[in-house]
Amino acid sequence: MALHLTPRDSGSITVVDASGRITLGDGSANLRKTIRQLVEESHCKIVLNLADVDYIDSSGIGELVSAYTAVRSKGGELKLLHLTKKVHDLLQITKLFTVFEVFSDEPSAIGSFR
Amino acid sequence: MVPETKHLEVTLETQVESVNLAEEMCLRLAEAAGFGEDECYRIGMSVREGVINAFHYGNKEKPEKKIHLAVDLTPEKMIIHVADEGSGFFLKDVPDPLAEENLLSTSGRGIFLMRAFMDEFDVVKAQTGGAEIVMSKRLPGAGSPQANGNGTGGHGSSPRREA
Repeated sequence: MALHLTPRDSGSITVVDASGRITLGDGSANLRKTIRQLVEESHCKIVLNLADVDYIDSSGIGELVSAYTAVRSKGGELKLLHLTKKVHDLLQITKLFTVFEVFSDEPSAIGSFR
Repeated sequence: MVPETKHLEVTLETQVESVNLAEEMCLRLAEAAGFGEDECYRIGMSVREGVINAFHYGNKEKPEKKIHLAVDLTPEKMIIHVADEGSGFFLKDVPDPLAEENLLSTSGRGIFLMRAFMDEFDVVKAQTGGAEIVMSKRLPGAGSPQANGNGTGGHGSSPRREA
């Protein structure tokens, strides 16, 4: 299943709704392209909604980390929202829970930006 | 009576599509072997990571090289072999992705995931001269697991093979 990404504005925050798989190939490339474009347009407060992403491989994890560092390098923040159990477990065993801020509801995610 | 072992072997092209193909093939075998949904996910992910490793690190994405996937289904376990045509590597040289300095690395988690998701995991020298990942998962109801080779294996040793 291809990865679909739909950015929408919520005040000064951009929420990106993702659905599909973030894996080697198109999925990872699509995420990279979307985040880079947002950063270039100075949308650097991003919430990535992963509610409909139930599969991420090591390439996808790498792309999430790459997105995180790209946004941070511009002074912004990338936060994760609505993790499925598989993605939650994956971030836990790879210790990326210590890196990403993760939220289970959108108002809290949006309200967390300074 | 000698227990039956089923063997399947396929040669894959060094291309991204092979990753999905290998995953799909092994998922079907795992389902047919009786693994539940969670274990199928772990097996599928491990095969995926093994083939990504062969595609990217082993064969350096060179299309003239091949990826060799083999599956042995014994009465006790599903054993998966993924061999590349690269120059091989040693497990001890693979950086720990959980180390503080590697947490923000954009690569290097494939081996870790295979180790975490499979019962046994090792890397040996392939007949092709490259690396051969050998990993296995015990079949549901096949008895208590053997000692896990995770983290202790190295080049030249392999998981216990069934006769």
